[in-house]
Amino acid sequence: MQTGNYSINEPSMSKLFDNLAEKGKTMYAPKNRGERILFQKVEKFGEIAGDYLLTANSAKEVVFPRYEKVFSYKKTQDGILINDPTGNPFSEVVLWGSRPCDAAAFIPMTNTFEKDYIDNLYVKRRKNLLVLSFSCNTCDEFCFCTSVNGGPGNTAGSDILFTRLQTGDFLAEIITEKGKKVVEENSSLFEASTAEGKEQSLAKVEPRFNQDEIQAKLQELFENPLWAEKSRACLGCGTCAYICPVCSCFDIQDEAHGSQGTRLRCWDSCGFSLFTLHTSGHNPRPDQGTRWRQRILHKFRYMPDKSKIAGCVGCGRCSRSCPAGINILDTVTAL
Amino acid sequence: MSEFEPKIVAFVCNWCTYAGADLTGTSRIKYAQNVKIIRFPCTGRIDFMLLLKAFAEGADGIIVSGCHPNDCHYTSGNFHARRRWITFRSLLDFLGIDVRRIQFSWVSAAEGAKWAEIANTTVNNIRELGPYTDYAKVAVHLKKEAKV
Amino acid sequence: MNELIKKAASLLEANEVQVVIGYGLGSAKRPQAIFVTTPAGCEQLMFDNRCIQNLAVYLTKQEIRKLGKPAIVAPLPVLRSIVQLVAEQQLTEGDLVVLGIDPDGKLLEFSSFKAIESFLSDHKIVIEEKYLKKIEEIKNMPVGERFAYWVELLEPCFKCYACRAACPLCYCTRCTIENNQPQWIPVASHLQGNLEWHVMRAMHLAGRCTDCEACYHACPLGIPIHLLNKSLIQDLSESFGDYGPKISEPNMLSSFDPDDKESFIR
Ligand code: SF4
Ligand code: SF4
Ligand code: SF4
Ligand code: SF4
Ligand code: FES
Repeated sequence: MQTGNYSINEPSMSKLFDNLAEKGKTMYAPKNRGERILFQKVEKFGEIAGDYLLTANSAKEVVFPRYEKVFSYKKTQDGILINDPTGNPFSEVVLWGSRPCDAAAFIPMTNTFEKDYIDNLYVKRRKNLLVLSFSCNTCDEFCFCTSVNGGPGNTAGSDILFTRLQTGDFLAEIITEKGKKVVEENSSLFEASTAEGKEQSLAKVEPRFNQDEIQAKLQELFENPLWAEKSRACLGCGTCAYICPVCSCFDIQDEAHGSQGTRLRCWDSCGFSLFTLHTSGHNPRPDQGTRWRQRILHKFRYMPDKSKIAGCVGCGRCSRSCPAGINILDTVTAL
Repeated sequence: MSEFEPKIVAFVCNWCTYAGADLTGTSRIKYAQNVKIIRFPCTGRIDFMLLLKAFAEGADGIIVSGCHPNDCHYTSGNFHARRRWITFRSLLDFLGIDVRRIQFSWVSAAEGAKWAEIANTTVNNIRELGPYTDYAKVAVHLKKEAKV
Repeated sequence: MNELIKKAASLLEANEVQVVIGYGLGSAKRPQAIFVTTPAGCEQLMFDNRCIQNLAVYLTKQEIRKLGKPAIVAPLPVLRSIVQLVAEQQLTEGDLVVLGIDPDGKLLEFSSFKAIESFLSDHKIVIEEKYLKKIEEIKNMPVGERFAYWVELLEPCFKCYACRAACPLCYCTRCTIENNQPQWIPVASHLQGNLEWHVMRAMHLAGRCTDCEACYHACPLGIPIHLLNKSLIQDLSESFGDYGPKISEPNMLSSFDPDDKESFIR
């Protein structure tokens, strides 16, 4: 797949950013926001946060916004008018500064939205997205990308992967046609190069488990006291799902306003007690244990069973942010 | 440019202010037509969120009114409401929602003239403050294309 | 710490309680809530200033209630929450054993909820200086600027409700925000949805919030929503007097004084 290696220096990086932004593309990058660094819209290269491992939020908003109009309607004398946003033009978005795990997450995400049912909103956003990722030269105790077929220099999901080399310049690995086009259009900024020096510049992320073994074990463990034990402190919030780059559950909400209104899809989480509550009052997942089981099974069994790819890219965000200190590794490694 | 006509929503209790406003009419006292009255069983039933809903729908000003202390039909609804208003007003103010646009008052069933006076001064005050768009602006998302 | 471990172990030994809710070191060497069911397991119990999660939140959770009668490790913020939960009839005498920890880290034993209440009367809620300054700064902004400040601050909120889940006093099994027939507060995390969610949260905690900051620590996006609660605590204590959880007096916002003073009702 790889279509060539280039090198690019720091000043040219900022030029590249400006060139892309000048074309009217919406730029998303890590930026300080209050007490955290978040993926958000940026206008200028200088706004991008310098020192970060991972943003607090994931980048999934660029393809799966936290709320999104599915359609709007209006009752008129001539009947009901429906406005379907998939007919509208979608802006071109550049995701700048994603990590290899952020980029890898678009693969299971695309499986979810483009496999059985083709979700046009997602398709359009994904098509208009350019992913420019940066390898990791540091990691922390929550990272486990290497256990889920990823790695700190992994190229999957990115259009270009930049790696900061010990020389201070960046290695640019061109992964896709979209990435190739960026180089062609900005050829003065790039120089042909080899991938030399990449390995030495990457963080060392120790493997923590074997994804295939976990998948095999999970075929059996549906009824097990482990689920309740490992989730005992769970508060049933939506943090782990909302912060996760792969989680894609949503809820449909209508915002009606007289004779017009909007149907929205809004993020939802399997950790919420209301997620599976039936109208009858029955709840097939009556406690946090069964909800935690669903989370783990969905990511490490159902998704790989169905499409060969786990629903977790090992970014560790859920564990870093859980208000109760629950670490997904504790559960997975205890299986 | 035509003069700005403030839109005022009044949340009033059934037993005092609503009857008071009725008396204003039967006494043929004229007052500003900008006030749309919404009747509640008691001030104790006026949910704080209703005020924000009125602003979201484009109200420029709000009146909240009920029975004088000790006169509540349900004995203490207005005492509870008063505590809640003190609290809510302080929260709204802290959030930068313009509390000058909310007039709280006690108007009894016998105070037709007072109702006219409250309505008129509120309309005048709001006329001076101008249209209120801060809150309505955060609520326009429905009409716009969903954000990226 | 030995004192705490010994006491906890003896309670489990004597089967006076079936579970001890406390702090222990998690796998990533962070303190987190642990639920100890055996005397030997009490060795894991620890306490230091990194233990900021408010454990009182677990006292009303069905999953934890199922484990049997609990003992709970309770530094000041947890003690305050317990008293407020008692005042709201969520806990009854005999439901639990409180292993209090005083501000110097010493173990405290209480004979009754009343005893906790009287201990707390010597440890009143005081809003920290840095927050008073921040609140003052916000209050001094012109009204429109102040509004813009909050809209911007709350914009990233994606409504994960961790702030709600972490609050010991948000124990409702169905929150107003989840009532959607008719829809009252927009579920979507757009500007209006976020603003109204936080107004609602602050109002529902007015007079009840014990300033434990659990909501703020829980927020994955670091949004300082506790400023709303803190500002209300300040204003309510000015309007209605001594603020803090009490068993012997009714809740601030479910009671009134016929002589309540204000300056804005005509
Ligand atoms: S973030 Fe933590 S507390 Fe919240 S649902 Fe996930 S595991 Fe539970
Ligand atoms: S489950 Fe946790 S570690 Fe895995 S991708 Fe989601 S947030 Fe990252
Ligand atoms: S609102 Fe926040 S500070 Fe107040 S009791 Fe709840 S968690 Fe604690
Ligand atoms: S925890 Fe933070 S992001 Fe989640 S709902 Fe509360 S304020 Fe919003
Ligand atoms: S009935 Fe008028 S305030 Fe209660």
